[in-house]
Amino acid sequence: MALYSDKVMDHFRNPRNVGVIEDADGVGEVGNAKCGDIMKIYLKIRDDRIDDVKFETFGCGSAIASSSMATELIKGRPVSEALKLTNQAVTEALDGLPAHKLHCSVLAEEAIKAAMKDYYDRHGIAYDEHLFPAAHDCEHCGE
Amino acid sequence: MTIYADNAATTRMSQTAIRAMLPYMDQIYGNPSSLHSVGQAAMEALTEARTRVAAALGAASPREITFTSGGSEADNQAIRSVAVWGKRKGKTHIISTAFEHHAVLHTLKKLEKEGFTVTYLDVHENGLVTPEQVEAAITPETCLVTVMYANNEIGTIQPIRQIGAVCRKAGVLFHTDAVQAVGHIPVNVQEDNIDLLSLSAHKFHGPKGVGVLYAKKGVILSNLIEGGAQERGKRAGTENLPGIMGMTAALEEAIRELPETMPRLTQLRDRLIAGLCEIPHGAVNGDLEHRLPGNVSFCFEGIEGESLLLLLDDGGVCASSGSACTSGSLDPSHVLLAIGRPHEVAHGSLRLSLDRDTTAEDVETIIRVTRQVVEQLRAMSPVWRDLTDGKRAFVIE
Repeated sequence: MALYSDKVMDHFRNPRNVGVIEDADGVGEVGNAKCGDIMKIYLKIRDDRIDDVKFETFGCGSAIASSSMATELIKGRPVSEALKLTNQAVTEALDGLPAHKLHCSVLAEEAIKAAMKDYYDRHGIAYDEHLFPAAHDCEHCGE
Repeated sequence: MTIYADNAATTRMSQTAIRAMLPYMDQIYGNPSSLHSVGQAAMEALTEARTRVAAALGAASPREITFTSGGSEADNQAIRSVAVWGKRKGKTHIISTAFEHHAVLHTLKKLEKEGFTVTYLDVHENGLVTPEQVEAAITPETCLVTVMYANNEIGTIQPIRQIGAVCRKAGVLFHTDAVQAVGHIPVNVQEDNIDLLSLSAHKFHGPKGVGVLYAKKGVILSNLIEGGAQERGKRAGTENLPGIMGMTAALEEAIRELPETMPRLTQLRDRLIAGLCEIPHGAVNGDLEHRLPGNVSFCFEGIEGESLLLLLDDGGVCASSGSACTSGSLDPSHVLLAIGRPHEVAHGSLRLSLDRDTTAEDVETIIRVTRQVVEQLRAMSPVWRDLTDGKRAFVIE
């Protein structure tokens, strides 16, 4: 059996929405280089919808595939829906991830939430703090 | 076409080794411990193999050769045996290095829990220890020095003969994990002052699941596996005769071909290193001179090793990495950390290990594919962007 599903390999080999949005409305970055994965999400929001989304990822195959899938799942969706994106949804859309790679889908969810929070902060939009629980601490390096 | 450049992980079996094994599956299939003629034919073959392996390693006697299930078992038994003896004598200090194979390191960690003290020598940026370091670390309580012959990740070859001499002078037993060395460079247990040596057949085109523990006459071995009189009572279990015969043939063949393979591989290795050095912000790991002929190890900044391996595989190149995602733990390779590579750089490591089937054309393909894959991954890496934007400092200039 291969390490990854065909879906993961497809999104890894042909990642969707790679790149940068220079005039992004919100940017979120999670993870750290010491642990081997960083995800950065750029959002363009118009009329309460995710008008455009791009990502950059430093990490393993599943980290790249998770970022790619997460951006696909929220692109064009209303902001309220994007906020509900869960790591389970990313994992399911990828036809599953190996158990030791599930944290990649968690990072993807956190990266999108971090970008949304940045959007709200930048635009002075009030939000419910509970929507953005603190990103999980990296047990490994304490960062 | 696939280019297999992961020979430090395992090798393809040689036809010589396969042919040497076959008769021992259906013709000479007896149990060497049986008294009847079918068993005794097997015993004869076993005795012959032991003699040939002893000769190939430069051992004084076939009695110094114990067949095991591989390198890990040999490492475990070598260290455990000396520890048992040391404890009896009140000597509970062991000297090793920070970048040994886990078969050695994990055994040492267990011994530390059992009351032993272990000194892990610094292997420096070049991945080499010196005999002087070993000499300085020896105390009256030292029972064992265990230093690998050649490193499995970065390929550095230690000054084993000189370290052995230091140990002899001090009356301390010397073990070397020679899994990556035997069959790749000349190894002679007597000339190299080695008391215990571990090797594994599948690293030199022999079968998997078989290896050797060499223990010089006078070294007392303790059992890891109890239950029979095989291997002079030191390793129970019916001998893996097909494996042993295949290993013996592969060992002799590898050693016979050394004068041809060593210079050829060294040339290919150096061309590969030169080609990969052209990739900016990448650096070779480990000493360039004291290095296994087939080993190439690099770190590339701004990328992660697992994604590198997957894309290389797509490009037809099978390689290995010391990134956390490939090591199965949260930390990148302890070897790369031991030579001072920071975590974020160690994650972007690549090991290519060549063998006698590797061609000059393969090397050019590897260089081309690696360059393209590194560029592709850097293009989507926020770390690379920060490095090139000056927001983060390059570690490798």
